[in-house]
Amino acid sequence: MFAVAFGTVDFNNFGTAVPYYAPWWWSFDTFNQTLSRFYEGTHIYQGPLLRTFAYVFVASAICLVVGYAVAYYTARYAGRYKGLILILLVSPFWISYLMRIYAWQGLLDTGGPINWALRPLGLGDVRWLEGNPVTVILGLVYGYIPFMILPIYASLDRIQESLLEAGRDLGASGPQTFWRVTIPLSRPAILAGIVIVTLPMFGDYYTNDLLGSTKTSMFGNLIQQQREATGGATRAASLVLILSVIVLVPMMYYLRETRRQSEQA
Amino acid sequence: MSATISTPDPVRARGYFKNPWRRPRFLQAVTFGYLLWSMLPVVIAVIFSFNDGRSRVTWQGPSLRWWTGDPTNSLLHDTAMRTAMAQTYKLSILTVLVAVPLGTLFAIGIDRWHGRPARSANFVMLLSFVVPEIILGVSLYILFSSLLKNVVHLGTSAQLLGLISYQISYPVIIVRARLLSIGPEYEEAAMDLGATPNQSIRRVLLPLLTPAILASVALVFADTVDDFVTVNALSSSANTETLAQKIYSAARASPTPEVNAAATTMLITTLLVIAGGLIFYKRFNRGHTSVGAADFTQF
Repeated sequence: MFAVAFGTVDFNNFGTAVPYYAPWWWSFDTFNQTLSRFYEGTHIYQGPLLRTFAYVFVASAICLVVGYAVAYYTARYAGRYKGLILILLVSPFWISYLMRIYAWQGLLDTGGPINWALRPLGLGDVRWLEGNPVTVILGLVYGYIPFMILPIYASLDRIQESLLEAGRDLGASGPQTFWRVTIPLSRPAILAGIVIVTLPMFGDYYTNDLLGSTKTSMFGNLIQQQREATGGATRAASLVLILSVIVLVPMMYYLRETRRQSEQA
Repeated sequence: MSATISTPDPVRARGYFKNPWRRPRFLQAVTFGYLLWSMLPVVIAVIFSFNDGRSRVTWQGPSLRWWTGDPTNSLLHDTAMRTAMAQTYKLSILTVLVAVPLGTLFAIGIDRWHGRPARSANFVMLLSFVVPEIILGVSLYILFSSLLKNVVHLGTSAQLLGLISYQISYPVIIVRARLLSIGPEYEEAAMDLGATPNQSIRRVLLPLLTPAILASVALVFADTVDDFVTVNALSSSANTETLAQKIYSAARASPTPEVNAAATTMLITTLLVIAGGLIFYKRFNRGHTSVGAADFTQF
């Protein structure tokens, strides 16, 4: 099914109205035109592309810092509340992503509760929903951080207490043990978490549709616009192809790691 | 007494940092802050589905107006919403009915079949977990709308095919993990005792796989109800729109608490299905509960 889906993009991509199946009939016009919109003339696609990279980078950095802290606490200190915290950490998976973003949309309304709560701080009325990058980044973090927490939690939970005690016995301070024992042991999980968080962010368009504006549009929005436009199918296909190339490297890395782990197990 | 009162604070503060058994207050604050941040908006959205006014941020007293009361715009009486709800559940049930049996057979297949084809089949299954959903959705849209224009029509059949190809990896991965942990011994024992290969699959392997199959049913159903990208890319008209699409389009226009009510319905469905799946799983899986929880938290 996948092979057909991807194959079709390839075929269709280079045809104008009718898809050409034979590679020697392919026309690269639309593809080249789409590609040139990233760097030539008014380069209307450049903004969304650069924004996507910037937002994804900042959002996944926040995901990592907050997610690691939450996972570390849950794995090491949660004690008898561990079960409850785990249920709360997993439950976002079972709540529709759209509903979670929709809930924020109401809260962030200019006359809404968030601004009401911020008013005593003297911030005035912040226009959260009119193309504010902060809102979009926080929306991305909110949507995808559970994917970061769970793999890190799983790996931290597996670290044996005796290894940390050995680190302390051999003279390392608390922070040193953390940097030189805990972090290296959880490195595979950190990398897996980063990949699994960034991949869907690259294709995300609904977060920006609900929380942002055209001023914060991302790569996913470009694809969605072209798909909805009449006669835009070829261009949408070109954009999907470009996106596939962008996500190919992290994707292959993740798949290789998963396979290696399952072979070890 | 005055000495204890005048104990300067810095000493206590330093004592806190020196104490190796100190409580991790900062991490605790981050964790509980995060949990509050992640859950509170959803809770508020659910509460506001019972709002009497049109707003979803200003509370105007409790009522069932948007659930049953309003003659045209309540969830019960709005025909568009009812169509969407029927479409959502229809797609979910059909996807489960096709994807779970197919995925189970597929998992047994790649478990038995070694070598390169099996490895690449497994690779494709994992791929659909990590590929951005928009890539699959738009690829299938282009496939169905231009190449197979006269074979598969956009709408229910296209949506169904898209969902199945996306969701089939859940049963494959869960059932396969289970097969690896069962090992070949039980089946071999059954065949030693005179069962044919078919009998040993039906009477030994399938009962052992029941927990994994039930878990996949729950996961696929819940995930299909919530799916938006694939379903949206492959829908044809207002008749094939699902609840998730209604929420999306309403959120971009002027949403009323009716949308909150629709979202709450989705939420209750998925949580009930997952809870039901967990309970069944535990019942069928006595003695292996820790593995069961792991299967559910994996995703």
